Amino acid sequence: MEMPKPDPLVLDRKAELVSRLLTVLPEDAVISDVEETRAYECDALTAYRCPPLAAVLPRSTQEVSDVLRICHEMDVPVVPRGSGTSLAGGALPTADSVILGVARLTEVLETDYDDRIIRVQTGRTNLAVTGAVEADDFFYAPDPSSQLACAIAGNIAMNSGGAHCLKYGVTTNNLLGVTLVQMDGTVVEIGGAHMDAGGLDLLGVICGSEGQLGVVTEATLRILPKPEGARPVLIGFDSLEVAGACVADIIKAGVLPVAIEFMDRIIIRIVEDYAKAGYPDCEALLIVEVEGSDDEIDEQLSLIEEIARRHDPVELRQSQSSDEAAKIWLGRKSAFGATGRISDYMCLDGTIPVSELPRVLAGITELSQKYGLAVGNVFHAGDGNMHPLIMYDANKPGDLELCEALGAEILKLCVDVGGCLTGEHGVGIEKRDLMTHQFAAVDMEAQMRVKDVFDPKWLLNPAKVFPLDTTAERRTAGH
Amino acid sequence: MLKPTSEADLAEIVRTANGPLSIRGGGTRHVPSEGTPVSTSGLTGITLYEPGALTLVARAGTPMAEIEAALASENQRLPFEPLDHRGLLGTTGEPTIGGAVAMNVSGPRRVQAGACRDSLIGVRFVDGAGEIIKNGGRVMKNVTGYDLVKLLAGSRGTLGVLTEVSFKVLPAAVTQTTLVVNGLTVETAVRAMAAALGSPFEVTAAAHDPAAGQTSLRLEGLDGSVDYRATALAEVIASFGTVTRLDPGESEAHWRAIRDAQAVQGAGDIWRVSVRASHGPEVVARAQAEASLLDWGGGLVWLRVTAGTDLRARLGDLPGHATRVTGPASGALPVEAPALAALTDSIRAKFDPRGLLSGAA
Repeated sequence: MEMPKPDPLVLDRKAELVSRLLTVLPEDAVISDVEETRAYECDALTAYRCPPLAAVLPRSTQEVSDVLRICHEMDVPVVPRGSGTSLAGGALPTADSVILGVARLTEVLETDYDDRIIRVQTGRTNLAVTGAVEADDFFYAPDPSSQLACAIAGNIAMNSGGAHCLKYGVTTNNLLGVTLVQMDGTVVEIGGAHMDAGGLDLLGVICGSEGQLGVVTEATLRILPKPEGARPVLIGFDSLEVAGACVADIIKAGVLPVAIEFMDRIIIRIVEDYAKAGYPDCEALLIVEVEGSDDEIDEQLSLIEEIARRHDPVELRQSQSSDEAAKIWLGRKSAFGATGRISDYMCLDGTIPVSELPRVLAGITELSQKYGLAVGNVFHAGDGNMHPLIMYDANKPGDLELCEALGAEILKLCVDVGGCLTGEHGVGIEKRDLMTHQFAAVDMEAQMRVKDVFDPKWLLNPAKVFPLDTTAERRTAGH
Repeated sequence: MLKPTSEADLAEIVRTANGPLSIRGGGTRHVPSEGTPVSTSGLTGITLYEPGALTLVARAGTPMAEIEAALASENQRLPFEPLDHRGLLGTTGEPTIGGAVAMNVSGPRRVQAGACRDSLIGVRFVDGAGEIIKNGGRVMKNVTGYDLVKLLAGSRGTLGVLTEVSFKVLPAAVTQTTLVVNGLTVETAVRAMAAALGSPFEVTAAAHDPAAGQTSLRLEGLDGSVDYRATALAEVIASFGTVTRLDPGESEAHWRAIRDAQAVQGAGDIWRVSVRASHGPEVVARAQAEASLLDWGGGLVWLRVTAGTDLRARLGDLPGHATRVTGPASGALPVEAPALAALTDSIRAKFDPRGLLSGAA
């Protein structure tokens, strides 16, 4: 993955930059020692690393504003960072950039159960938002699998999803307001605790803009009352097509499960080896979860069972207790970890129309054979968000490149059947160069215009999202 | 009236325009009075509907009625319950799907299923330079590039003319019921609605009509589940007053009336105010309106005041925004804070550099 060459003028002024940053931040909030900056050299896309010029850890919106103003004046690129869990390289620095980490902004500012909102500083982790309200039987719905570690700032930047989006939506559907600091230090309040925008829906375009429009320091989030209960059912099929058809029939039937998870045989075997969840050895497994009181769950599950039986499942297992429910989920939840135990892997997240599932799975199998790399599939079937896991050997020369080439072909296939490159991880650097496969130049130009407005000098996370050659002029013109 | 029959024709009209354009869908809502009239009524038809994927794509000029009929035949619906402005504005014509998107028109189910912008997953539009631009697509999880879909929703046509819109749709409820409590003050009603919306019983609408003295809470879903939740929810709100229950047919008609703000229709200016739900009673107190209606648990307040009253001045510093939905275009829109207005104006200028579409704001 190519990154822009560091600007020598910026590198030469490191000492001046650091001393200016120290006029607005305490000493412990500015990290400029070469060894210490290595802690910020990558995110969860660990194949790519580059220590930044410096990293700062501000404690307030004012400090964020001061840092950005200084970097803006000195033409220093800034890479915002939540917890560094991006799988797409969203927080990957360049050698001439300052990492702006929000890790010290973790306070809950307001909780209001009558209005069902919570306002937090955005360095707070996703799970800690739910943690702040769960004793009162509320929760924050988006639940990316990194939720223990990932920060709300990163969730907003990437518009993160999770397993329960089918019912509750993704971050953008649960975000009501933000405090945004623009690259020149201007602080702007967008939205609030009310439920729509008075003018243009800027909140909607900020969410998912991968830290390119501003740094979000505070957010007002929608919280929801916890359901009375939830229970999954496990359904096994001896054909991927039939499993796909069953998903479509469940959706059409008028029950809306909170989650429909799908695993193929490769993943079933890997997780069974590791987690011993008692999964049947079959071509495809579905985990369908519904919510409500016990009786409501029974009502929904009996409908789902009736549909599933029409498709002749090899196994249909209801959970009678919370232990059994946990066991059904155990395998699914350990899928990434179990795969990581036996192989290096790359996790894609292209999304497809649900009806194209059989065709895409067949296409992935074909591509997997062509490249000689195994691909397992575990994903959110209800919303078509695939997670092909490509297994490769990081120590084998050329294998990473082979894996990336296979990944690119799979993502192009997702686009070609009417889907998209990324459903919840973001573009970052990982899918940047594939954007032209999904968008015409004019479509990308329309998106870049928005960045021109928020960040005219293109200093915020500038080397992400769009192919470098399409942004070169903008990145170098302003300074 | 220009009536392009293809996206390319429309793009050509915009590209070669040498003065303001007045874009209109079904003409049931406000259209800019200045400029050459351009109708989207030649851009119609559902281009894709996959019930099993909960996805519907339609050209922007497609009548809402056509879309609702297609969805109903598969027991599905648009989640955001779009209101029909004809009663409020005294207009005729057929509401279009593009018009609903341009205004982000969202009804009572906003509190549970989100606004129009939350169901919208893709757009195609012609910007002010006459370029055809697409964003989003037909899948419900998509973070590829910036989300211009949300930016276009509610932009009142000022960033471009919508030509095609895609939605995530939902299964229609098998049944519904509404619990009604009579005689509550606005303050108590908002507290009752908060208690209901904060319960685990999935209330899909919560409104209060001060004149009728009715506080209403809707439940939707499978038969057994709705029955169970009606009983459970009645206990949650029992302390507020006697609870009565509407049957499915009554419930449906009841929410159609609330959706279309029938309670405030009449002579005068009608305003739409969006605030945090618990500020609803304060809005009503400050507005001194002739008629009012609270939806979204108190977060959406419809008010009718004497023509010419600037409600924004009466509401003062309450966070949120107020829009006049009837009467002349000038002075109807919320005033934004300077930093926000600067961003908004710059974005409009980028998408419509010649100001052809700005009359719509």
